Amino acid sequence: MLPKWFNEWNRDNPTNIYTPGILVGVVGGAVFVAAMLVAWGQPFATDSLQTGPRGTGMSVPEFKADLATPDPDIANIIPDEPYVPAGGEPLARDIYQNVQVLGDLTEDNFNRLMNAMTTWVAPDAGCAYCHGDVALEEYGNDDLYTKVVARRMIEMTQNINENWDGHVNANKQVGVTCFTCHRGQNVPSEIWFRLGPVNTATAGWSANQSRVTVQSQYTSLPSDALESYLLNYERIAVHDLESRVAGSPSNPDIPAIQNAERTYSLMNYFANSLGVNCVFCHNTRAFYDPAQVTPQWSTASLGIAMVQELNNDYLVPLQDVYPPHRLGPVFGDAPKAACKTCHKGYQQPLQGTNVIADWPELATTGAPSYEAATQ
Amino acid sequence: MAEYQNIFTQVQVRGAPEWGTDDLGTLTEDRAGTPFFSNLMGWFGNAQIGPINVGMVGIASIASGLVWFVIVGMNMLAQVDWSIPEFIRQLFWLALEPPSPEYGLRIPPLNDGGWYIISSFFLLVSVMLWWLRSWQLAAEQKMGKHIFWAFGSAIWLFLVLGLFRPILMGSWSEAVPYGIFPHLDWTTAFSIRYGNLYYNPFHCLSIVFLYGSVLLFAMHGATILAVTRFGGDRELEQIYDRGTATERAALFWRWTMGFNATMEGIHRWAWWFAVLTPITGGIGILLTGTVVDNWFIWAQEHNFAPMYDGSYGYEDFRSYGSFIGQEG
Repeated sequence: MLPKWFNEWNRDNPTNIYTPGILVGVVGGAVFVAAMLVAWGQPFATDSLQTGPRGTGMSVPEFKADLATPDPDIANIIPDEPYVPAGGEPLARDIYQNVQVLGDLTEDNFNRLMNAMTTWVAPDAGCAYCHGDVALEEYGNDDLYTKVVARRMIEMTQNINENWDGHVNANKQVGVTCFTCHRGQNVPSEIWFRLGPVNTATAGWSANQSRVTVQSQYTSLPSDALESYLLNYERIAVHDLESRVAGSPSNPDIPAIQNAERTYSLMNYFANSLGVNCVFCHNTRAFYDPAQVTPQWSTASLGIAMVQELNNDYLVPLQDVYPPHRLGPVFGDAPKAACKTCHKGYQQPLQGTNVIADWPELATTGAPSYEAATQ
Repeated sequence: MAEYQNIFTQVQVRGAPEWGTDDLGTLTEDRAGTPFFSNLMGWFGNAQIGPINVGMVGIASIASGLVWFVIVGMNMLAQVDWSIPEFIRQLFWLALEPPSPEYGLRIPPLNDGGWYIISSFFLLVSVMLWWLRSWQLAAEQKMGKHIFWAFGSAIWLFLVLGLFRPILMGSWSEAVPYGIFPHLDWTTAFSIRYGNLYYNPFHCLSIVFLYGSVLLFAMHGATILAVTRFGGDRELEQIYDRGTATERAALFWRWTMGFNATMEGIHRWAWWFAVLTPITGGIGILLTGTVVDNWFIWAQEHNFAPMYDGSYGYEDFRSYGSFIGQEG
């Protein structure tokens, strides 16, 4: 195929073309990559947030590209300043029928909040999602489960803002509204249900782990961490606080390896919910030591207590109010909340945007104070 | 040019298959299979495959090990309702778990660790018979029992994990689950539960010998390959009839660090480093939960876990707002 003289020349002049070829290729490639890095910069540049003393390696790394992209939900927060009452206006409880939780609001603020709730929770169905497709005079009826649930959720929101200040406003005023969880959806994302045994062939600790589930964060760790700790108040800590503590794990008071695995499962959930790692809260050389944890540990501990209260006092008792299609697939239990229901993968929900400033009505269980709005 | 070397051998020696010694005239009785040559295996090592000396002990060991393997597999399969696709999908997550803690050392129900106990018995028999076989095969060739004792050090760690420590802890639940991810989870949980295993001095020693083994292996392998051109790969001959390969290898290390191992002694170094890895590791595991329950506190009590002075400077750390670029 090739001309004869070409083949002959090649035969007479044996030349090593591979060594210089590879050499030029490798050196040329390296020069090209170096030039691109100088010209365009590191494409996967990272930044890190220091969380502990220098030398401990405690930090939370993130890609700069991710840090530069704000949570898209922040753009959906619409400023909506309150109408500061002059005093003497008739209140919602006097104007409307069956106003049980927002009765202290003026008519303007009451309707402002009602309107905002439709954008937060039911942007498509609007008022009818809770009140039904009826005349305005009928809006006082409690015919729909959505309205009964919404009323309880308003109480829950007020309770969080008023009594769990140490968690939600740990760093600065942030607060929560319906939007913090709902984000424009009828049912918030990242809710959870009880799962029970992950297989029917076994019992005990064999039946709650070693299976890919959402609850175990796709690990083989136990899948019942959320219900054990955030619903049933079981003990999360597994460490002994002295170097020697006698006792066998056959004693239920002595934590077993299995308890440590379930705690680890919960901690995985924590980390994924907040987009952080272990050292955001712990100095990992001594996970248990309260003298070595970070300030975030205290905030998270309050969060655990808060979620336990929200689930047991607000969410679980609504079980009989919900229609079947809102209940859990295994036990028909009410949907429950945990870290990710609000945080959605961010250290602070909506990246620490203050959502409560415009809503003094949701900031307290009592009559709203508009002092901040008048300043 | 033809070269004869390990990985990759470009020239493979072919002759009549080697059957091995048969001084007593009875030794070939246990040897099974007709030897043959594999070009592929010849690239990595000896091209001759077989014969294999199975023996009654070997058969019993393999049979017992198979029983363990099948019990574990069937239990995993039962957990996915006998669905093969689901079995494949969940394979790395599935496990045969030890009994729940409340059963202590009593016999648990089959579906809560009972199968684990039964299968563990077969695994124990299998491993111990294989250990015995490593003695038998060495004895038949009048070899030293170094491999037997080295395997014994691994078996020590295995027995500590699955037998000695659970008994001392008073609960079979402390044993390691049979599963890919679950046994890794166990390892992490074990360290966390007992206050950070890195502060366990025997764990430290085990790491020293593990990494030391790696270093010695690399040094020795590199040294021998480097003097292969002088016949250094014929190590045994070099031991009793030192040639220039040994001299050069020895000189290299003496020039490098003033000291060199001997052609024989380097293998004692390697053997002891390897063997001490599971021996020290096993001691560390055995002490955990039985003698020491929180290694970090133990380390503080023995003054080798430094304490910070408490001035962590949290107030000067970057805020989250600054991290995500929302504030200066």
